[in-house]
Amino acid sequence: MKNFSFMRLSIWFYLVIFFAYLLGPLVIMSITAFNSPGFPRAAPWECLTFEWFSALFQDERILNGIWNSVLVGTGTVILSVAMGLAGALMLTQIWPKLRATYYTIIIAPILVPGVVIGISTLVFWDRVNRMLGLDADSFLSSGLFLTIIGQSTFIASYCMLVLVARLQRYDNALTEAALDLGASHAQTFRKVLLPFMRPAIASAAVLAFLASFENYNTTTFTFGEYPTLTIELAQKVRYGITPAISALAFIIVLLTVFAALFNEAKIRRQELVAAARKTATVEELETGKFRLPGFLSSNTAAVLLVVVAMATIAVVGTATVYSPAQCIADVKETKRLETELRIQELLQRRADEAARRAAEEGEQSDQAPATDATPKPSNDSGFGNVFNPGTLQDGGTETPEEEPENSGSGGVFDPGNLQSN
Amino acid sequence: MSAGVGVNLENLWIRFGDFVAVRDANVNINGGDFFSFLGPSGCGKTTILRAVSGFLEPSEGNVLIGGNNMKGIGPNKRPTALIFQNLALFPLMKVWENITFSMEIKGASAKERRKRADELLDMIALTGQGDKLPAELSGGQKQRVAIARALCAEPDVLLLDEPLSALDLKLRQHMRSELREIQKRVGITFIYITHDQGEALTMSDNVAVMRAGVIDQIGDGKTIYNDPNTAFAASFVGENNVFRGTVKKVIGNEVMVSTNRSGDLMARISSNNVGKMKEGDDAMLFIRPEAFALAPVGTQGDHFVTAQVTKEEFEGNVFNIFMEGEGGKEMKVSLPNLGQSFESHKGEPMTLEYDVHNAVALPAGVLATE
Repeated sequence: MKNFSFMRLSIWFYLVIFFAYLLGPLVIMSITAFNSPGFPRAAPWECLTFEWFSALFQDERILNGIWNSVLVGTGTVILSVAMGLAGALMLTQIWPKLRATYYTIIIAPILVPGVVIGISTLVFWDRVNRMLGLDADSFLSSGLFLTIIGQSTFIASYCMLVLVARLQRYDNALTEAALDLGASHAQTFRKVLLPFMRPAIASAAVLAFLASFENYNTTTFTFGEYPTLTIELAQKVRYGITPAISALAFIIVLLTVFAALFNEAKIRRQELVAAARKTATVEELETGKFRLPGFLSSNTAAVLLVVVAMATIAVVGTATVYSPAQCIADVKETKRLETELRIQELLQRRADEAARRAAEEGEQSDQAPATDATPKPSNDSGFGNVFNPGTLQDGGTETPEEEPENSGSGGVFDPGNLQSN
Repeated sequence: MSAGVGVNLENLWIRFGDFVAVRDANVNINGGDFFSFLGPSGCGKTTILRAVSGFLEPSEGNVLIGGNNMKGIGPNKRPTALIFQNLALFPLMKVWENITFSMEIKGASAKERRKRADELLDMIALTGQGDKLPAELSGGQKQRVAIARALCAEPDVLLLDEPLSALDLKLRQHMRSELREIQKRVGITFIYITHDQGEALTMSDNVAVMRAGVIDQIGDGKTIYNDPNTAFAASFVGENNVFRGTVKKVIGNEVMVSTNRSGDLMARISSNNVGKMKEGDDAMLFIRPEAFALAPVGTQGDHFVTAQVTKEEFEGNVFNIFMEGEGGKEMKVSLPNLGQSFESHKGEPMTLEYDVHNAVALPAGVLATE
């Protein structure tokens, strides 16, 4: 019994650790999007601010990157779902002995590093472009085309895996039944196979879009004049990051939560409707008295969805009227005071030190004949006090006259000063 | 007969690599007939059906539907509709959409389709269930929807591939009469595939008995049952007791067989084998369980069989007696329950008599394995 509860406890502990590991970074990053310091950090909490969101939406390059990512993503979804479906159908139709080989070949792009795919796409299409005698700014060498083609080479394989899983559950007798009832092959594909594949096609499309959206290592070779979001972010990070990127991350997390909740709510609703239909009597169905269950009834996902949507609307609403200027000013003020306090402290310490040294010097001059090895006591301090920890703070210079200027230049390295200027 | 469209198979061969699935099949199916292919699983009956529906090109020979050669014509262009073993209802379409699929692809409007679906739903006694999904129907209802869907295509020939095999016994018996009823009403040719001889005999105008790709016999139910062509047909259709032996004497269309166990027995030669059996040939003699009658114990003669009783069973309408038969196999005798008293004879010898006309002699051949 004791063992058992210990087991449960450790499982809970493990779960907490696991989810903290999984979601912790996202939560921290989302918090930094609302904190006012110019460097993304969650603690110390200074002021609630939405300025990073407006900073994000005023950043032309980020917006352009998002637009390019959407363009590339759409193209990749269309191309790779089509290729994936063709590949999956081929896999079920192909001569059984060839199936294993075919599978390996079609899966290979997933195993090839993205960098290699990027380079080879660039080289290959450049060759094609030249062979066709086209200019360097032709469609075939445009960044959009190359990125879509390059990403699709391996994303199509992902799509195929998703589609094959569904296709394996397809009863070929359905195709035969449709043919037997007079449908052409095209009609059978459109009216029987495609509707059956629709859920898998939807998930393949989502997968393809996400894979395209987050791709960096292939795109970095092919983007040309169409830098995607990941490329822009990578370039931005080189010059230091701001919470605007956290804001973008937060928006993406929020959209993901929305999508997941919406999907869950839809599935739950379908289940509820199916259950309701099953219990409904024929008369109810006949007379149209049959009532579908409400969207929110016993559907936790839908309720959550609505709650999250409300929260978002509320936040956006407050964001438009809320101004953290006062808070930021207060924080600035406290910081200024803090810095002043610190400067005072430093000055005090140095004054003390100078007094102590003066006293020491006085002592030394008294004993001057005893220590003739030391040539000039006034100059000696620069060398002889190297090992004095107190000198570290002053960068070796310790003449009291220089102190005010010294603290001004030294303040550059004080992180607190970043915000105050 | 009604003016249905007939189906002819001419010297039909179907091979898969080295395996011969159908061997030189010649069948004439009259228009408007309910025709069954009966045989154990793997005998090639489904293969024939697929050749008729167009999913399989015959290796040799022709399939003619209504006198037209179907060579090179795809399944979607043939005037046939197939009811699949697993029914193959479209799982994502509602019942009415399933039924009228053949109209949808011809471009009929939803209103027209709905109207026709309601008519057909009335016919199959599923009125008002058109908006359900196939998964929400019971086995028998799905069965009827599959039939309605096939009929909606207005085929000249309806092909049924063991459509009742997945149903429970009660429903199967009900669907048998229903199918027969529907066939009479629409008057089109039905080709029915089954391994259940009860289904074949009760529903069909004509039956073809198949074994390992070969059609052993074609005839109506009575002929198949009473006058089998081969040892296989005799043993596959219905229950039968076999006596192996050699032909001792041929007298007109009757024959005396000296059997391995029960001495010389007389039998009628099956009508297709008259003149083909000679003295000294290996022969098999078949007597149905219900063809026996009790006789005084120890009676000798060419239509008396004596054996030890091993088991007795009371089945209500009949009393089954199992006796020591050939090769460890029991011989079954069914005596009708006419109110007489049955005393147990377990372990005792018993003598049975039969009418020579009810015993069939055939050249020795492969028996159906049960």
